Amino acid sequence: MDALVAQLQMQFRDYTISLYQQGFLDDQFTELKKLQDDASPDFVAEVLSLFFEDCVKLIGNMARALDQKGTVDFNQVGASVHQLKGSSSSVGAKRVKGLCVSFKEFCEAKNYEGCVRCLQQVDIEYKTLQTKLQDMFNLEKQIIEAGGRVPQVDIN
Amino acid sequence: ELTPNKIPSPKGESNQRENARGKRLTCAASDRYLNGAKYSEGNTHPHKHTYTTFSLFLLPANMEKGFSPVGLRVLVVDDDPTWLKILEKMLKKCSYEVMSVDGETSRVMKGVQHGACDYLLKPIRMKELKIIWQHVLRKKLQEVRDIEGCYYEGGSDWITRNDEAHFFGGGEDVSFGKKRKDFDFEKKLLQDESDPSSSKKARVVWSFELHQKFVNAVNQIGCDHKAGPKKILDLMNVPWLTRENVASHLQKYRLYLSRLEKGKELKCYSSSGAKNMDSSPKDAELNSGHQSPGKSNYVFSGGNSLIHKATETDPKPLASASVSDPNSDVHMPPKAKKTRIGFDPPLSSSAFDSLLPWNDVPDPLESKPPILYENSFLQQQPLPTQSSYVATSAPSLMEEEMKPPYETTAGGGTCVNADEFLMPQDKIPAVTLQDLDLSAPSAISSMKLQEFTSNVTSNTQSIWELPESHHSGSLDTDLDLSWLQGERFLANISSPSLIYELPPHLWFGNERLSDPEEYTLMVDQERFCGYT
Repeated sequence: MDALVAQLQMQFRDYTISLYQQGFLDDQFTELKKLQDDASPDFVAEVLSLFFEDCVKLIGNMARALDQKGTVDFNQVGASVHQLKGSSSSVGAKRVKGLCVSFKEFCEAKNYEGCVRCLQQVDIEYKTLQTKLQDMFNLEKQIIEAGGRVPQVDIN
Repeated sequence: ELTPNKIPSPKGESNQRENARGKRLTCAASDRYLNGAKYSEGNTHPHKHTYTTFSLFLLPANMEKGFSPVGLRVLVVDDDPTWLKILEKMLKKCSYEVMSVDGETSRVMKGVQHGACDYLLKPIRMKELKIIWQHVLRKKLQEVRDIEGCYYEGGSDWITRNDEAHFFGGGEDVSFGKKRKDFDFEKKLLQDESDPSSSKKARVVWSFELHQKFVNAVNQIGCDHKAGPKKILDLMNVPWLTRENVASHLQKYRLYLSRLEKGKELKCYSSSGAKNMDSSPKDAELNSGHQSPGKSNYVFSGGNSLIHKATETDPKPLASASVSDPNSDVHMPPKAKKTRIGFDPPLSSSAFDSLLPWNDVPDPLESKPPILYENSFLQQQPLPTQSSYVATSAPSLMEEEMKPPYETTAGGGTCVNADEFLMPQDKIPAVTLQDLDLSAPSAISSMKLQEFTSNVTSNTQSIWELPESHHSGSLDTDLDLSWLQGERFLANISSPSLIYELPPHLWFGNERLSDPEEYTLMVDQERFCGYT
C-alpha cells in the first residue's frame, strides 16, 4: 500500500510540475490550491468547474458574435474575451489567459480572421486544460483511495 | 498609538450605523468591468447584458484575529462567478464572515460606486485581502488628519495599484485623488451637530432622502438666496420637520456651497497642512487630466464623526505615516483614463445599506441610518431606485464648481465630501469607485474585480458612467464624483503611510502586474469613524 501510495504521489508530483512547465498553469493556481483546506476539500475542483462553465458560456458568446457575418460587433466579442481573460487569470489557466490577450488585440483591431483563429484556439486550449486537470484530480483521488495524502507540490 | 479600535465614536452622537464600538467599516469590491464592459465616466454601456442578479457579500471582519478591524464589511460585486468563489474563500480564510445576498443591481452598483476606495489588481492574493483594511484605515486617518490636521479626509483608496512603472512597465501613472475637504465647513458642521447644547430636542438626522427633499425644494424655489426656510419646509412636505431644522440645515448647506466655490480655487492640498483651514482642493490638473472633460465628481465625506474621533485620539502616528504617503504613492496619471477608485465615498455605509437588501440582513447595530448623498451622477441614470439616490444638490453644486478639483497630494481625486454636510455623525467617507475614463489599453484602467456574480441590468451600468457633463445649472444635477484621480500604488512603493508597514511585494504579485486590466475594486464604505 505504501509503495503504491508513494508511486502515485510521485506520479502526481511529476504530472503537476509538468503542467506548470508546459505553461498550462501558473502561480495563481498554486494560490488556489493553498486556499483549499479541510473546510472545503473540493475547493479547487469547484472553482475550476465554475471556470470551465464560464468558458463554455463565454466562448459561446464570442462565437455567436463572430457569426454575425458582416456585422460583427467586435466590442461584444472583446467584452467576452475580457471576461474570459479575467476568469482564466483567476484560476491560473495561463495558456487560456495568454490566448485571451492576443484575442483581445484582434478584437480591438477588428480583425475577423484573427478573432476566429483565436476563438478556435481558445476552445481547444480550455478543453485541453480541462482534460489535464481532470487527470490530475484523478491522481489525487487515487492517492487518497490508496490511503495516502496528496503531496504539496513545490513549483519552481 | 492609534489603532482602529481606539478610534472613538463621535462625541455625543450615537452612531447608528456604527456600530457601537467600532464596527462598521464597509468595503465593497466590485469588478470594474461588469458585464464585460468597462464602466467609466461618460461611457455608455455598449452592451445589453443579461445578468439579472448580483451577489453581494457582507463580511464582518473580526479584528481580534488580527486581520481586520471589527465590523469591516465588504461588499463584493462581480459578474464573474469564478472570481467570486475564489474571493469568498479568501475572505473566509481571512476570518471574514461571508454572506451572500442578492442585490438589486442598480443599487449595488451605486453603492459600490460610492464606496470605492481602492482597488486590487487581480488576481488577488490572500495577503492583500488580509491587510486591505489597513489601507482603509490609513486613508481614513489621512482624511482625519487632513482636516485641520486631525481630520480624515475621505480618501479611499487603499489599494490602488497602478503603478505603471511597476506594473506595466511605464504606463500611465495613476494616482488617486484625495478628496479635499471643506475643513471649515466640516468643522462647523461637526460643531453644530455634535454640540450637545445646540439642541436638546431630538436631532434631525438628515438622511439622504431628507436632504434630497431639501435640495429639491431649494431648487424648486430656484435660487437658494431666495429660498427661505419656511418655503423650503413647505415644499418639502415633511410633517415632523420644523422650520428651525430647515433653517439650520440651509445655513450649513449654503456654507457648504460657498466652500465649494472657494475650495475650487485652491491649489494643492498639502498633506502637511494640518491647520490649513482653507485647504485647497487638489490640483485641478489632477483631475482634469484624467477625466473626461466636464467630469468632476465630488464626493463629500462627512467627516464629523471622524473629526471627533481624530481629536480624541492621537492620530499622529498614523497620520504621520500617512502623510508621507499621500501622495507619494500617487502619481498623476499622465493621461486620461485610469481606473479609479473613488475615495471617500459620500455614502455612508448606512446609506449603502439602504440601497441594498442588506437592510434585511440582521444587524443589531443598524438602525435606520442616515444616508449620505450619493453621487449626483446617479441621478442621471434612469435607475430604478434612483429616487433614493439622487444626489443631493450639494454635491451637484460641487460638481459644477469643481471640475478638476481636488487633488490629493498625489494626484487627484477630487472628492468633496458631501457627507459631512449630510451626515452629522457617521459619515462615511465612502470611497467611491469611479472609473475614470480609461483611455487606453495601457491604462490601468481596467479594473476587474471579479467577484461574485453580478448581474447588472442596463440600468445599473449606467451607474458607472459618470456623466461627463455636469449638470450645470441645476442644483440637483448629478454630482460628479471625481474619484478617479489616479491610482495609487501601494505596493512596491514603500508606503510609509501604511499603518502597518506592508512589504510592497505583498500587495502585488509582480507577475500580475503585467495585466493592467485586472483589478479588483475595493470600496470602502465607511469611515473608520465607526471604530472605537
